[in-house]
Amino acid sequence: MIVASGLKYQARELKIVGTRPLRPDGVDKVTGRARYGADISLPGQLIGKVLRSPHAHARIKSIDTSAAAALPGVKAVISRDDFADMAEEYAAAGELTINFRDVTRNMMAREKVLYDGHPVAAVAATSEAIARAALKLIKVDYEILPHVIDVIAALRPDAPLLHEEQYTEGVNPRPARPSNLAKRLEFARGNVEAGFAAADTIVEREFTTKPVHQGYIEPQACLASYSEDGQAELWTSTQGHFVFRAQCAKLLQMEISKIRVTPTEIGGGFGGKNNIYNEPLAIALSRKSHRPVKMVMTREEVFRATGPTSGGHVKVRLGATRDGRITAATAELSFQAGAFPGSSVAPASMCAFTRYDLENVRVIGNDVTVNRPKVAAYRAPGAPIAAFAVESAIDEMAKKLGIAPIEFRLINAAREGTQTYYGPKLGKIGYIETLEAARAHPHYRAPLGPGHGRGIATGFWFNIGNETTAALNINEDGTATLIMGTIDVAGGSRAAMAMMVAEELGIPFDRVRPHIGDTSSLGFNFITAGSRGTFAGGMACVVAARDAIEKLRDRVARIREVPLEAVLWKDGHAVPAEGSARQFAPMSLAEIAGQAGKTGGPIAGHAELNVQGAGPGFGAHIVDVEVDRQTGSIKILRYTAVQDVGRAIHPAYVEGQLQGGVVQGIGWALNEEYVYDADGILANPGFLDYRIPVASDLPFIDTVIVEVANPNHPYGVRGCGEVPIIAPLAAIANAVENALGIRFYDLPMAPPKVLQAIDEAAAAASKA
Amino acid sequence: MARILLSSSLTPYTGGETELELNVANVAQLFQALGARYPRLRQQLETDLAVAIDGEIYQDALLQAIAGDSEVFLFPKIAGG
Repeated sequence: MIVASGLKYQARELKIVGTRPLRPDGVDKVTGRARYGADISLPGQLIGKVLRSPHAHARIKSIDTSAAAALPGVKAVISRDDFADMAEEYAAAGELTINFRDVTRNMMAREKVLYDGHPVAAVAATSEAIARAALKLIKVDYEILPHVIDVIAALRPDAPLLHEEQYTEGVNPRPARPSNLAKRLEFARGNVEAGFAAADTIVEREFTTKPVHQGYIEPQACLASYSEDGQAELWTSTQGHFVFRAQCAKLLQMEISKIRVTPTEIGGGFGGKNNIYNEPLAIALSRKSHRPVKMVMTREEVFRATGPTSGGHVKVRLGATRDGRITAATAELSFQAGAFPGSSVAPASMCAFTRYDLENVRVIGNDVTVNRPKVAAYRAPGAPIAAFAVESAIDEMAKKLGIAPIEFRLINAAREGTQTYYGPKLGKIGYIETLEAARAHPHYRAPLGPGHGRGIATGFWFNIGNETTAALNINEDGTATLIMGTIDVAGGSRAAMAMMVAEELGIPFDRVRPHIGDTSSLGFNFITAGSRGTFAGGMACVVAARDAIEKLRDRVARIREVPLEAVLWKDGHAVPAEGSARQFAPMSLAEIAGQAGKTGGPIAGHAELNVQGAGPGFGAHIVDVEVDRQTGSIKILRYTAVQDVGRAIHPAYVEGQLQGGVVQGIGWALNEEYVYDADGILANPGFLDYRIPVASDLPFIDTVIVEVANPNHPYGVRGCGEVPIIAPLAAIANAVENALGIRFYDLPMAPPKVLQAIDEAAAAASKA
Repeated sequence: MARILLSSSLTPYTGGETELELNVANVAQLFQALGARYPRLRQQLETDLAVAIDGEIYQDALLQAIAGDSEVFLFPKIAGG
């Protein structure tokens, strides 16, 4: 594997990149042929089901599975005793580093159950009905313990303690007592006290957000088949089949080469399918039963036991001069990590103020364990929570200073060379271009109707590269088969990859057929996360294409008996290089491929990279709302998302990413929240009571693509999937404030809460 | 000697130090030197940290060269959803 940062952006005339062909996976998806996790079956398969904790926090005194195992049709029962305990060992697995000691306990509870829905045992049976009946026969003796859900309550000294051995990391000296504060981190730059002293105006507020789920439509689903010679095959809906393979191997103490993972089509992930849940259980059940085992989560299980994102509490303080320059900024973010440490508070802390060029900053992040499912990444993990607080405070400050919201941001905007408070200086970025495009958009100046409000907010995300591989096989007829290792998380990255390969080869888009390879067909790939799919996957595909082109040139040089440097690749043909004295008859890709078997063998290109050079992305959103003063309902009237994506390989799918992110942000702002009862039991584990936006709730989401090329990608790609979910929470809150004169500091802005605020404001006004 | 700058989030593991100079030729040598100097930083170096060398960010790039006059920032790794 090499570190790939050598491919630089080169502006050139493009024929395919930037067009809008139909996606290669489209026909199968709209005709129902596409196979998702639950669509995969094997002869003789069993159905696996999981017994889950009915308590938010309890010690497991004993588990008796004998009656379940004796039920006719039950072929295997597993619990904590079927898995080796794991020592503390850390590994990168997406959003944050994971600790295998925690992973094995989240997969199957050991000493304690730590949330409603925590797996306690699992069965495999010949039917789902028998499996469910068997679960009822498992006897678990619990000692119920006090629980804590709220992040601030969990930080109190007398809070119920989840982990008796957890001492806060990141503080000196080490605390004398364990607590639910797993980690504290602090980023600082300059002198905030002096900065606030220099301010003419200070805004200081506290904000809270509720935990929300990624809301993917396809529940987790997998099928495992373990053979008598110790080999396992796994089909699963995942954002990272190589990472799943590694984690299953670790947890089941198997060699990596003995597990082959085939990714199915994925019906949404958004960070929620970065982590294993049922996969090791299915393999373990298959190993024990000697039969394939299929496990499909119900929606209730998805809500109760898979990673939502954190609920957060954020304190923000801003100071600024009369002329609009921010002199100091501080924030303290406290995030629910769920049952085990590892929330997204670190990246949230790092991007809280990174849209701005600030001299004096301090950000504290608190990672707090509570009796909820272990959180998972959710599209720009943590950033929307931080941006809700910071961009609301920015809006309030701009209003206090009498400066238009985009102007205020432009005065303070980060640009190339801005020193971040978490580490490096920013490279080439497009925040100013994005703000200027938003300011120039007709939406920004369109007249508002009576009672309507307009809000502005912005977002930033880092984007990443990481380990990525690809193989490009030139077929005998001159078509090309592209094997990618990055999962297409339904955003259309297969199309984008094929377009880049077609552009490189100089052949039509439909002559490149992309596929996602299984774990036996390519080297390791990191998960599709961090907006890396088209950036890093595209880099690998371009490298593989250029590798193939070099081999094609070499083959033609030998066929035509000319030096290699006399052969140029142009528009799908090997042609004499310009100015070369050695002329020869050009050969098309199809002609070379047709002769390949007799001139040296098949031709293929490969790439095995650790992709570096990701380009950060910035977005600016404009939203108009109308608030129904009788019901408290907020209607989104108009929404415009502007974003620098570096380069849109397939603009329609980039627009789709922007629209999808906005819609998820609208849900987070207006309706979505986990509701727990007094016993810590999730009260709304279904889409009837957990309300995500549907088409009838939404206007058309307008998009503006800004293209400030990433200098470290051959086509200038930055990545685009995460930035669009960051700004909507604050943009909508700012619009509601503009409409009502009431600022909301707590999400979601659901109708009862809005109505109450309207009534309270009216009562206060009548008293005055 | 390369100028090494540590994110303020790492001060609990470095006794408060955020800046030093080291004679290292690549990231592996840098991490080895930092681990020897700050034993509490070793686990972070193993799994949690990225570097920016003269403005270019690298994650998991132990063989990346560091020039004698380079400026290197260490800060938490980034992933995403």
